[in-house]
Amino acid sequence: MTNPVRRTTHPVAWWGWALFLATAAGRTGNPWLLLLIIAVAGLVVTWCRGSEPWSGAYRVFLFIGLSAIAVRMAFYVVFGGSDGPTVLFSLPSATLPAWAAGFRLGGDVTAEGALAAAYDGLRLATLLICVGAANALASPRRLLRSVPAALYEVSVAVVVALSVAPQLVESVGRVRRARALRGNTSRSPANLMRTVVSPILHDALDRSLALAAAMASRGYGRATGIPAPARRATEASLLIGLIGLCAGAYALLGAATPAPLAWATVAVSAGIAVFGIAFASKRVPHTRYRPDRFGARDWAVVASGAAAVVGTVLSGASFASAVESAALWPATNPLTVPDLPMWAAGGILLAAAPALLVPSSRGGTP
Amino acid sequence: MNGIAFDRVSFAYTGRPVLDDVSFDLPEGEFCLLVGPTGAGKSTLLKTVNGLVPHFTGGTISGRITVAGREVHGSTPADLADLVGYVGQEPLAGFVTDEVERELAYTAEQLGVDPAAMRKRVTEIVDLLGLADVRDRDLAALSSGQRQRVAIGAALVAGPAALVLDEPTSALDPTAADEVLSALHRLVHDLGVTVFLAEHRLERVAQYADSALLLNSGKVTAGPVGEVLAVSPVAPPVVDLGRLAGWPGPPVTIREARRHAAGLRETLAGLVPASVVETPTGPPLLEARGVTVDYPGGVRAVNGTDLVAGRGERIALMGRNGSGKSSLLWALQGTGRRSGGTVAIAGTDPATRKPAERRTLAGLVPAEPADLLYAETVAAECEGADRDGRAPNGTCAKILADLVEGVAAQAHPRDLSEGQRLALALAVTLTAAPPLLLLDEPTRGLDYPGKAALANRLGRLAEAGHCVVVSTHDVEFGADFASRVVILSDGEVVADGPARQILSASPMFSPQVEKVLPGWLTVAEVAAALGNGTGDDKDD
Repeated sequence: MTNPVRRTTHPVAWWGWALFLATAAGRTGNPWLLLLIIAVAGLVVTWCRGSEPWSGAYRVFLFIGLSAIAVRMAFYVVFGGSDGPTVLFSLPSATLPAWAAGFRLGGDVTAEGALAAAYDGLRLATLLICVGAANALASPRRLLRSVPAALYEVSVAVVVALSVAPQLVESVGRVRRARALRGNTSRSPANLMRTVVSPILHDALDRSLALAAAMASRGYGRATGIPAPARRATEASLLIGLIGLCAGAYALLGAATPAPLAWATVAVSAGIAVFGIAFASKRVPHTRYRPDRFGARDWAVVASGAAAVVGTVLSGASFASAVESAALWPATNPLTVPDLPMWAAGGILLAAAPALLVPSSRGGTP
Repeated sequence: MNGIAFDRVSFAYTGRPVLDDVSFDLPEGEFCLLVGPTGAGKSTLLKTVNGLVPHFTGGTISGRITVAGREVHGSTPADLADLVGYVGQEPLAGFVTDEVERELAYTAEQLGVDPAAMRKRVTEIVDLLGLADVRDRDLAALSSGQRQRVAIGAALVAGPAALVLDEPTSALDPTAADEVLSALHRLVHDLGVTVFLAEHRLERVAQYADSALLLNSGKVTAGPVGEVLAVSPVAPPVVDLGRLAGWPGPPVTIREARRHAAGLRETLAGLVPASVVETPTGPPLLEARGVTVDYPGGVRAVNGTDLVAGRGERIALMGRNGSGKSSLLWALQGTGRRSGGTVAIAGTDPATRKPAERRTLAGLVPAEPADLLYAETVAAECEGADRDGRAPNGTCAKILADLVEGVAAQAHPRDLSEGQRLALALAVTLTAAPPLLLLDEPTRGLDYPGKAALANRLGRLAEAGHCVVVSTHDVEFGADFASRVVILSDGEVVADGPARQILSASPMFSPQVEKVLPGWLTVAEVAAALGNGTGDDKDD
C-alpha cells in the first residue's frame, strides 16, 4: 500500500489560531478589520480544509453570522439604541412606562444608529465565523483525541454520543415508516408515545446494551492496577481545581471581590487542575494510536493567529497615532468612513499565513 | 496446549436451564462450527467463553472453562479482552469509533499496547483482512462485508488466542459472506487462532470448518462436521441430499457430493422436477414502470426498474447488499421514496393514497419485523391490528393461528422466537387483506425448519390469490420459495424469469442441490421424484 502519509495540522493548533482571530475581532469594532478577518478565515479554510463531512461547517457558520447581523439590525429598528440626527424613517412608537426608561418601541430610525448596530452585528458575526472556521479545519471529534489521557473516559463518552446521534435520527425514520405501514396516522400524544417514542427508546436501549457489551469485550474498563489512594487524590485535585476555576471566574467578573484575590484564586485552582490532569495522565494504562503531534508548523499556525491579536494591541497602544487608536472603535456620529488601522490590518494579514504554510489536504484520500 | 475447553459447564437463567453439563475440547487453531436450532442457546454458549455470560446477562454458571490454559471463571469480559476476541452479528452496533484505523486500534489502546507495536499490529491486520484500500475511511462508508471484516480485525488486534463469532455472515450476501469466511480461514492458518463460530446459513460455512459442535436442548455433540450434521435437526441441503441418497459421510462440500452423485444422476435421468408452473391469469395485479429512487447526495438506489406481476406469483427479488432491493419494495408499497416512474396496484397508485388505504393495496413486512409491533402482548397486538385495519374483531388472531400454531396470547412480542415474531408481523399486515404482499429480508435469524415453514406459508398465501414478493439474498430460501426470480444489480434488473432457469444460470445465486444435480433446485423435489416420501419436512 503506497498511501502517502498525510501530515495534517494539529487540531489544537487550528482551534488556537481561530480563537486568536476571534479575540482580535473582539478587540475592534472597525468594519474594515472585521471584513478582513472574515476574508482571511475564508481564505485559510478554502485552502487548508480536508474533504471530511464537517468541512462544510464554514459555510453554515457564514449563514449563521449573516442572520446574527440581521437579528441585531431588527433589534435596533424595534427597540432602538444609539441615535443621531440623520433620520431615515419613523415607525409608529409606543410610550413605555417609566421603569423601562432607556428603551423605546418603534420611533425614529437613524442612519448613525443603524450603522452602529451593523458594526456590532458584524463583530458578533465575525466571532461566529471564526468558530466555524475552526470547525471546518479540525472537527471537534479530532480535537477530542488530543485531550489529556486523564480525561480519556470523558472523551470516549462524548465520541460515543456523537456516533449515537445519527443512529437515533435513522431510528426515528424507521419507526415512522413502520407506523405508516400499519396505517397509523393518529396524532394524539398517547398514541405517538406508544407507537413512536417507546419503540425508539427501546431501540436506543438495545443499542446501548449492545455497545456496552462490545466495549467490555474489547477491554474497556479493565482493572487498571492503580492504587486506590492515588486515584482518589487525582480525582479530588481535579474536582477542587475545576470548582476553584469557576469560583475565580465568577469573582473576576463580579465587582465585589478585589482583583488580586480573584486572580490568585484562578491561578491556584488552575495549578491544582493541571497537576491533577498531569498526575492522572501518567498513570492511565491506555495508549494512543498515532497521536497527533504538535510540530514546528503547528506553532507557526498558532503564532500567525497571535499576530492578529498583537496587531490590534499595537494599534491601541500609546505610541500609535491617535487616529489609529480611534479607528479601532470608529464613531458613527457624525457619519464618516472609518480609517483602517495599519498595525491591526498588518497583523490580521499575517494570520493568513497558514494558507501558504499548510498544504491542502483535500484529495489526499481516495 | 488446548484452545477452548469446557469441563462440565452448566448454565441457567432463573429456573430455565440453557446448558446442561457441557464438556468439549477444541484444540488450538481449530475452526469449529456451532450448530443448533434457533433458541437452542448458541449465543449463550459463545458468550460464556469471554464472560459476557453471566456478567452481562445474569444467571448461574457452574463448571470450568479454560481458554489457552487460562481459567475464565471470575474474570470480566474486559479482563479477557487479550485472550478472547468476540464479534457479534451486527458489527455496526459494536463500533466505538468512526474510522477504520481507530476502530482497529481501539482494543490495543485499551490494553495499553506500546504505540510502535500497535502501529505494526494494525498494519498487519489491515493486510491480513484485505482492508488496505479502506483503512482511512469512515466506518459508515463501508459495505457490509467490509464492516464485518473490520469488526473481526478489531477483535484480533490484541492478539487473542481464540476468536468467537456469533452469526457473522447472516446479514451478508453470498459474495460478502465468502470474503469474510475466506479471511477467517486465512486467520486460522496464518495466526493459529482458535475460531469458534455459530451460524444459521450452514451451506456457507460448513466447507470451512474443521469440526462441528451440535447444541440441542442443552446437550452438545462434538465431532467431524459431516457426522455432526448427519444427526443435526438443522443441516445444509447438501447434507440432506447425502442423507436422502445414503451417501457415506455424509458429504459436507459440493465437491465431495459431486463425487458421489453419478448414480443419483442416472436414476434421475428420465425424470423432471414435479413443479407446478402456474401461469398468472387475468390482468396483472402490479404494474411498475421505470421506477427510480434517488437519495440525497446523488445516490440512485433504483434506476428505471420495470416489474409486472399477477396474482398467485411467488417472486424472489435477489441481489447483493445495496443493490436496491429494499428501496424498490418500499417504493412499490408507496410509503418509501419514489423519484420517478409509475406504480399501479390493481390500477391504483398507492403513493397517492392515505397510509390506511395504501396498506389495503400492498402490505410490507420490514426487515426488522419488530418495528411493526407496539403492544405488550400478542393478544393486544392482534386487537390493535383489527382496529387499525377496521377489520372485524378476531381477524388478526385468526390469521395468526392459521400461520403458526402455539403462539401464547399473553407473551410479549419481543419474547417470541424470530419465526413467531415474523408470523405475527405478517398476520398484522394481512389483517388489511392486501392483494400484494412484500417482505424485506424475512429469513434473517431463521433456521432451516423455520425457513421451510415460511416458504410453505407464503406458498399457501400465493395459492389463495396473493402476489408475494420477497427480497432476499438467501439462495436456498429463494430456491425453496420462488416461482420467479428477479435479480437486481446497482438498481437495475439484470435477470428476470422462471426461478429454475435464472437460479441455475447464476453462479452466485444457484442453490447447493443445483450444483450437484443440474436442473434440480431442492432436496424436496429430488425426494418427490424418487418417490420415497419427504427428504426434508416442509411443515414445521
